[in-house]
Amino acid sequence: MNPDVVVLGAGIIGAACAQALRARGLEVVVVDRHGPASGTSAAGEGNVLVSDKEPGPELGLALASRALWPELAHDAEWEEKGGLVVATTPEAAAPLRAFAAAQRTAGVDACEIGPSDALTHEPHLNPEITAAVHYLQDAQLNPVKATRTLLRGIEVRRAEVSTTDGRSVTTSGGVISCGAVVNATGPWARHFGVNVLPRRGVVLVTTPIPGRIRHKVYDADYVGAVASGDADLQTSGVVESTQAGTVLIGSSRQRKGFDEAIESRVLKALAQRAIAMFPMLADVPVMRAYGGFRPYAPDHLPIIGEDPRTPGLWHATGHEGAGVGLAPATGHLLADLLTGATPLVDPHPFRVDRPEVMV
Amino acid sequence: MRVVVVGAGPAGMAAARTAADAGAEVVVVDSEPDAGGQYLRGRARFAHPGVAHWKNTEVWMVEGGTLHLRTTGAGQGDSGTSTPPIPRVLTFDSLVIATGAYDRPLPFPGWDGPGVITAGAAQALAKQGVTLAERVVVTGTGPFLLPVATALQDLGATLVGVYEASSPTRWLREARAITANRHKIRELATYRRVLPRLETRTAVVAKHGDRVTVAKLDSQWRPVSHRTVHADLVCVGYGFLPRTDLLPDAARTDGFYVVDDHQRTSVENVYAAGEVTGIGGADLAEAEGVVAGAAAAGLQPPATALEAVRRGRLFGQALARAHAVEPGWRSWLRPDTTVCRCEKVRLEDLTSASTMRELKLTSRVAMGRCQGRICARNAAELTGVPFDGQRRVIAVPIPLGELAELPEEQP
Repeated sequence: MNPDVVVLGAGIIGAACAQALRARGLEVVVVDRHGPASGTSAAGEGNVLVSDKEPGPELGLALASRALWPELAHDAEWEEKGGLVVATTPEAAAPLRAFAAAQRTAGVDACEIGPSDALTHEPHLNPEITAAVHYLQDAQLNPVKATRTLLRGIEVRRAEVSTTDGRSVTTSGGVISCGAVVNATGPWARHFGVNVLPRRGVVLVTTPIPGRIRHKVYDADYVGAVASGDADLQTSGVVESTQAGTVLIGSSRQRKGFDEAIESRVLKALAQRAIAMFPMLADVPVMRAYGGFRPYAPDHLPIIGEDPRTPGLWHATGHEGAGVGLAPATGHLLADLLTGATPLVDPHPFRVDRPEVMV
Repeated sequence: MRVVVVGAGPAGMAAARTAADAGAEVVVVDSEPDAGGQYLRGRARFAHPGVAHWKNTEVWMVEGGTLHLRTTGAGQGDSGTSTPPIPRVLTFDSLVIATGAYDRPLPFPGWDGPGVITAGAAQALAKQGVTLAERVVVTGTGPFLLPVATALQDLGATLVGVYEASSPTRWLREARAITANRHKIRELATYRRVLPRLETRTAVVAKHGDRVTVAKLDSQWRPVSHRTVHADLVCVGYGFLPRTDLLPDAARTDGFYVVDDHQRTSVENVYAAGEVTGIGGADLAEAEGVVAGAAAAGLQPPATALEAVRRGRLFGQALARAHAVEPGWRSWLRPDTTVCRCEKVRLEDLTSASTMRELKLTSRVAMGRCQGRICARNAAELTGVPFDGQRRVIAVPIPLGELAELPEEQP
């Protein structure tokens, strides 16, 4: 029997789309060349963040997603750990406070706290910080477990996809006819007609130091690095621990195609940023580093909707570093649009027909 | 031209001498305080004109034509002389990787408890003159078990048994390899005192306190009968896993670097010699080192060394066949047997997965301090997930403070 929808890509976005479509009663098959969460989804930290988004359509999608995640991720190490954003220079304090104030008007739970309260939350934090905002909604999950949970009961075929016309998919395992196709191939989405580019990121992992770092803690300049479109290396301090006690250290952004080499200058910059926030990390060994590719859309907005040039071909990609956080609302919105239901959020900002997206 | 050799075992020392004799400036970087590697630890004399030997120094990353170094332990650099401190980076024109291999343990109930160590660890401790226990057993596969047992016996330990899981009759099919390597048979005589303790098609399949369950195995290594012996220490060695972290992108077969007849890897200007290319003993490693050292210095390798490599590889291939790990070992485990010691992952915690990354991130196997060096291969075989050769971009743990102080510009 032919499926109603074929989803290309078994990452967190493809899994969320497949899960949402199936919940509407549609027959769904997911096709991936390597299997569940084998690309970008497993190369991040599993963050579900609202703190790093300014008021606007992406924040709306993030808040909608945040409301959906707890029920979907309860057996995927879901942890409502909260985020702590800190300003590390006198000049950075006022912009951080203004940013948080604007977010509050958009429904974000952003509590401005003094440096001494910040040190109560994070005793090993550098006491030199100039301002801090506590974001209670920020959470974390295990992205591989979450992807597998979303895909429960859904067929995942291991095959390479060469082409699709929106009504069929040509794979290394044969042609699949279907009613619609969802392109959820993340940084590889350009192959199917949308302008998504890989944006490199590297994460350092330390040996376990359980209990020493409690929240996701990051430097306020991270928001600027996310919003930048610069191809050159940018780094910002992002530090958090996992349930295993290891500490994950990011973040770096670099556009250099699908080059997988890990450069020592990136490791150096990440280490410097992390130590500036948590001086005690200087003595903690790094035991591994891993890298991945974020699906980057030049105008920094996800792409969710039908391709006007190819009826039947839908896109759900371009989430850059926020795919885990945005996944459930993306799947929900895509399923709304595909089935003609009332959309969860205004879909217009995410439409495919944007000058920087159509290629 | 500068040739850098990583590792000062038989392969690395031979590569360094050969490259220096060919006129290259040679630096040998080795993590140990003394040359010799695992095989000749503490017994090697290594001083050669044109070769600088940087001791207690680890390479943690190869980046293009640059090595990133860190010093370990108290001593720095050449002992005795007033040499400058070891730099953080070292550039090379040619690089020879001779980092060797380490023992592969197989898990069984109790292997993660006290009194179980790898055979290589036992031998290394024995070389330091440490006695480990009164009653010892050696279990595993391959001829390496015999020198380990001999070393332990020389230290006064009571050798309860040497258990070889494979059948010696497998060597009957390897006449060609044996004919080309007669000296290997003579070597056996060195171990004649432990041969009476040798039992084949036998393995330790459980340890609880000082009681060890020993099983007779069928050809697939499934237990067919059991008995209990008393032993304080079990030394385990099921062959070796190569230490190949420095070239995460190099082509490999079954975990070992693929090299051509001049020991060239798939990475430009990088050669490999010794156990990183396949297990075949110290004489093969040394011959490969001669070939790699000559080629790295831009010379045609000597015909004698090329011939020694050819003969040695025949033996190495026969060894791999005769002492292949058979799948029946998987039946030694119980659901609660530890597979990954660092993260305390048991057999029953292993998930069904299609890739190693998925397996690791859902079960945490191979995610701990050893980064899967001990357990990843075993976890792959237990689950049927294809073993991916373990790409690790940081070869040894390095404190964040050191990373933060990396030199700004590379020379």
